[in-house]
Amino acid sequence: MRDVSIIGVGQTPVGEHWDRSLRELGVEAVRSALADAGLERPQALFAGNMLSGVLCNQENLATLLADFAGFPGVEAIKIEAACASGAAVVRAAQWAVASGAHDLVVAVGIEKMTDLGIDGITAGLATAADADYEAAHGISFTALNALLMRLYMERYGYSRADFAPFVVTAHENGVHNPQAMFRETVTVDDFLNSPMVADPISILDSSPVCDGAAAVVLCPSEQARSFTDRPIKILASATATDTIGLGPRKDPLWFEAAYQSAQRAYRQAGLQPGDIDFFELHDAFTIVSAMSLEAAGFAERGQGVRFALECNIHRHGKLPISTQGGLKARGHPVGASGTYQIVEAVNQLRGQGGANQVEDCRLGMTQSIGGMASVAVTHILGL
Amino acid sequence: MELPRYHRLRSAFYRLQATRCGACQAIHFPPRRRCLQCGSENPEEVRLSGRGRVLSVTRVYQPARGFSDAVGTLTALIELQEGIRITAQLTDVEPEEVETGQEVEMVVRRLRGDEEQGLIVYGYKFRPVMKGHGAEGRERA
Repeated sequence: MRDVSIIGVGQTPVGEHWDRSLRELGVEAVRSALADAGLERPQALFAGNMLSGVLCNQENLATLLADFAGFPGVEAIKIEAACASGAAVVRAAQWAVASGAHDLVVAVGIEKMTDLGIDGITAGLATAADADYEAAHGISFTALNALLMRLYMERYGYSRADFAPFVVTAHENGVHNPQAMFRETVTVDDFLNSPMVADPISILDSSPVCDGAAAVVLCPSEQARSFTDRPIKILASATATDTIGLGPRKDPLWFEAAYQSAQRAYRQAGLQPGDIDFFELHDAFTIVSAMSLEAAGFAERGQGVRFALECNIHRHGKLPISTQGGLKARGHPVGASGTYQIVEAVNQLRGQGGANQVEDCRLGMTQSIGGMASVAVTHILGL
Repeated sequence: MELPRYHRLRSAFYRLQATRCGACQAIHFPPRRRCLQCGSENPEEVRLSGRGRVLSVTRVYQPARGFSDAVGTLTALIELQEGIRITAQLTDVEPEEVETGQEVEMVVRRLRGDEEQGLIVYGYKFRPVMKGHGAEGRERA
């Protein structure tokens, strides 16, 4: 297998794009990434997306994007892994290049969510749960995460306020990211006083519904320098799964898929958690941030919230997270978020993190989680 | 929900029908052919007790389409007597009366009734066990 590098990145602003369609967002991200790599046309386009069929009545999405990006004829396939689709598509593109099937592949993560009302979007998101035994009973993802958060608070003795650092930090970073949906700070009081969605999860525990697309261009590492003087290596790319439903897990307070994908990634890269300079995690809800830190080996069980309370997660901390606002403040266009994380990690490693630049960073990790943590995709990127 | 799907699910929805592994005796709900514990593929169908306790609970203010009458209803993670866990809605209880650890029992209730085909979908929900009532009372009687 060949080593693979990222030679171009692109992204649209994240937000409620009432005047922009699925195809316009996707094409912009693709063309922007290709331009960054100095390329006109890839050999294949893979589209990571969760809900284009449900929310936009559009499947055959990769064909649509290849067509409107101006290169019908190339191989084009959609990749779906719930909210982790945007990372799974980079994983798939990495196989394609590593295997020798293609030399130049563009992977685009995209979601257009805001055409439907919140009840339709909630029902769409619920398709990533067990349709017969969860969604059919009216059990939403917010409810599932709320069940976990209450259990976590009771088992480990935390209050709601203890989760505030995840939100405050993400919004602080979002202020300085021109592509972020929310560019304002929030205080602990704002967090504590925000209305409940499914208690103990409030609006401000949750990432927003929004639209966006992000893309990366991959090629064999040995060719990367002919496209850019700052290629970023994919040192690890690993996916793992757990039971689709929350009920059958041995311990509901443990993200086994996130743990396994992180362990596989560390083994591939020959690294340990202590080597990682920053971590773009899946902060869809504050409880997911806490449990991701534990599953990825940065905190002991039950200590993910403590890790954040001890000021480790801001830009100058031991392990900066959500450095451009994360899912919480940059926004969570579900099937695109995993690609945004990778684009942001590439920019950090290139020294193009802007006001949010993490100093002296050489190794970045991203982890995207789908369903009720039933699938997780971890990447480690390096210079 | 589509009629054929509802038809396939009736045993699980009305009777909490699960599977017990013929080799290691592990019980699975949802039912599954291949045992998660030992990989054996000779399950037998068993009906769960429907009795358990609340491990965690949430009050939902933003329901999915089709569940708009579920604003303010309760969703719980329940540990059944058989030692397995299930997520389900609670019913016949006020939010302020629910606490973790509370004993609950399964009842069949309407899950949703606004389907385009006019189908009314029934299935399991859980309610608090009341002393002298419900399954406990019936067993004594």
